Amino acid sequence: MTQLLAVDNLSKRFGGFVALDGISISVNPGERIGLIGPNGSGKSTLVNCICGTLQNEAGSVRFDGHLIDGTTAHQRTRRGLARTFQLPRPFASLSLADNMRIPLLYTVAARGSGHSAHDIEARCIDLLREVGLDSKAKRLPRELTQVEMRKLELARAMAAEPKLLIADESMAGLTHSEVEEILTLLKRLNGQGVTIILIEHIMRAVMSFSQRLVVLVSGRKIADGDPNDVVRDPEVERAYLGQ
Amino acid sequence: MRTDLFFLICLVVGGIVFAAAIALGNDYYFFAGYVVLQYVVLSTAWNILGGYCGYVNFGSAAFFALGAYSTVAMHKLAPVPIPVLVVIGGVVSGVVGFGMGYLTLRLRGAFFAIATLALAVVLQTLIVNWDFVGGSRGAYIVRPESIAPFGSYIKYLFLIMMLLAVGAITVARLIERSRLGYGFATIRDDELAAEACGVPTLTLKLVATTISGALMGMAGAPFPYYIGFLQPSSAFGLDYAVNSIAMPLIGGTTSWVGPLIGAILLGSLQQIATVTISSAVNLLLVGFLLVGFVIVAPNGIVGLVHKYIQHRPVGQVGRRRVEADAPGSAPGPTP
Amino acid sequence: MIFSFDLLINAIVSGILIGAFYAAVTAGVSISFGILDIVNIAHPAFIILGSYIAYIINVTFGLDPILTSIIVTPAFYALGAGIYQIYYVSFEKRGQESLRGLAFFFGLLFITEVTLVLYFGVDYRYVEAPYIGPTLHFAFLDIPLRILVPSLVSLLLIAVLQLMLTRTFVGRAIMAVAQDQFALKLMAIDPIRIKRIAFGISIATASLAGAFLIIIQPVEPSVGREYIGRVFAICVLGGMGSLPGTVIAAMLVGVVESLTSTFYGPSWAPAVSFGFLLFTLAVRPAGLLGR
Repeated sequence: MTQLLAVDNLSKRFGGFVALDGISISVNPGERIGLIGPNGSGKSTLVNCICGTLQNEAGSVRFDGHLIDGTTAHQRTRRGLARTFQLPRPFASLSLADNMRIPLLYTVAARGSGHSAHDIEARCIDLLREVGLDSKAKRLPRELTQVEMRKLELARAMAAEPKLLIADESMAGLTHSEVEEILTLLKRLNGQGVTIILIEHIMRAVMSFSQRLVVLVSGRKIADGDPNDVVRDPEVERAYLGQ
Repeated sequence: MRTDLFFLICLVVGGIVFAAAIALGNDYYFFAGYVVLQYVVLSTAWNILGGYCGYVNFGSAAFFALGAYSTVAMHKLAPVPIPVLVVIGGVVSGVVGFGMGYLTLRLRGAFFAIATLALAVVLQTLIVNWDFVGGSRGAYIVRPESIAPFGSYIKYLFLIMMLLAVGAITVARLIERSRLGYGFATIRDDELAAEACGVPTLTLKLVATTISGALMGMAGAPFPYYIGFLQPSSAFGLDYAVNSIAMPLIGGTTSWVGPLIGAILLGSLQQIATVTISSAVNLLLVGFLLVGFVIVAPNGIVGLVHKYIQHRPVGQVGRRRVEADAPGSAPGPTP
Repeated sequence: MIFSFDLLINAIVSGILIGAFYAAVTAGVSISFGILDIVNIAHPAFIILGSYIAYIINVTFGLDPILTSIIVTPAFYALGAGIYQIYYVSFEKRGQESLRGLAFFFGLLFITEVTLVLYFGVDYRYVEAPYIGPTLHFAFLDIPLRILVPSLVSLLLIAVLQLMLTRTFVGRAIMAVAQDQFALKLMAIDPIRIKRIAFGISIATASLAGAFLIIIQPVEPSVGREYIGRVFAICVLGGMGSLPGTVIAAMLVGVVESLTSTFYGPSWAPAVSFGFLLFTLAVRPAGLLGR
């Protein structure tokens, strides 16, 4: 089975600061991966390098068998890589429905599946319905609550029909039940065949969701395996959980 | 409303305006009207990059002047009719727009804006030192007295500019309603998120810069015939830079309607003011209006109208169809 | 093009001196754009305003322009603080600084220039002072005092600014606000107040730069425009907010402009700095001493 994502010895520095130091991760199709690490450990930098927002300086990133180093973010999205942002970044002047429209127009359409205008309209509403936001389809993002914004962010990532979704701290600041809502949504997506990397600080969510747990500390991967084993790893405890 | 229908309606309206101006019997209206129409094109062109994409171009005068100077250069090489000159002006400015975009669009909006200023000065310096087009001494273009079947030449120039104005707003409206328009909006709202959604931001920005530059060049191409004697200082004049920014911002940057309103209002005001008071005071007023509107009414006149007619503030930008399609809401003005 | 060693040395020296002056002109923008990330393209207009104030006082009372500008500095500071307040409330707070903020400053630039034209007309104005006129001669080197004096005072101004930014509490808060506003808040420092102070200082430097300008050359309202590109070119080239970088970049630009002007003719000089800017932006946006 070809790996969906193969990150090999990835490095990234900002001036003198080494953000990522030789990271290697592989993800198989259909997996649910949890990625954890203290603040500043490089998780978001890793996501940015994988998704093309930043370019890595050393190492390589392979997606679906293709080398994607040097390609732009939008090219990677078209290949099937989608991500949410830690702080939601909706298109503020567009309605929720129009926010869904963008990936449909620019990613799905670019892959050659020509939808008619009517289909696109229907698809936008469907996507919002999956996250329970269809009643607010014509509203603007600034009218949404925190958890609704996160759902919108996820829905928009899903609109791009990705093979791999990286959910970057989609649950930060949410209540217990809101966290459950998002988790249910993500599990459902995974059931539909989307590989998911979940980056989170909320341990119970990560533990219940992940088949495999990866731990990042100071730009290095220090653990990668079964969540229960990783959690008991003394180095992990020392670096992260013990604090 | 479909685009071709819109285009026809605009042509009809333009035709009515033209007939009305003829009926008034004074060529002055054509001279003044030419300037206003020129500003319609310039503002609409600026707004495609500035209002839709959020990238501010301070060098509108440069693209305008390029169009004017390509006419001067062509005039010395081979006489061609004005419509051909317009196309040439558009191509030259479009290419330069593309080139400049390629150099600077990878950078943040602020750097792009500064780069456009730099470009304007570099181009002006090049032209000033290029004797073939007259350099700092200027270049004369002899305007024919009359041309059949219009009569005075200015009527012909007015008509050309009218066609350009109609074309410009049709193009702007077409963009707005297309996939391209959505893409532009995402660039304005959040480029990073746009890229993550699959929008090829650099390509779209280049498209915007090229179209915007080309339209400005087309507006500039007939200018030497209008003015008769072209100097770099008049072609690269600051009033072009200020007006092409002030008019869309005052009219409203969200759609093609804003620049049109801004250009007609502000342009007419300035034509009246130049006759009654000095042109310096006139420009001062533009400056104050620009600052005032930008602080108090960021969505321009269009935004103010939206607020009062529909009792609901339009986001930061209004996708007009949102309000119009919303179930139960009163049908909004659908242009 | 007549090449002579004398000409070359003179061009280089004069370029360095003018460069020092350019650094003073740019210092304000290094603070407002380099540190605060505010694209104040109206800065040159304030400099011209400073020039005209120095001119008026000089013509009416015979007071030395540099002295005038120092006295007027508090007024410019207040002006800067006021402008920042409007800018913050209208744009920064609403998150609209990219389009509307730029247009705002553009409008200010315009209003200032046109008001000066209405008041003073478009004639060139110049000031009188004991050091305007005499020239120092060292063998083949000619150094007009009207260039030397402002250059030296410019370097003094930069040194004072650098000391303030690195040694005083307010100065370091200014440097900090560029990097982490939130951290500043946690230390019970109001970032908006700091930015207001910084912007005030930025405009205050314009007063002094204006005096230097009118000593070096006669001034009329549109002279500011040729400085817009220069100032941002130097700011970017100098690494955005680094005052030492600004000085080096300014002298580089000064020398290249001077050489171009001497050997190719003054009509090409405006294109130099702007060409520099385009080149820098295209190739190395982080500047020479990149951040």
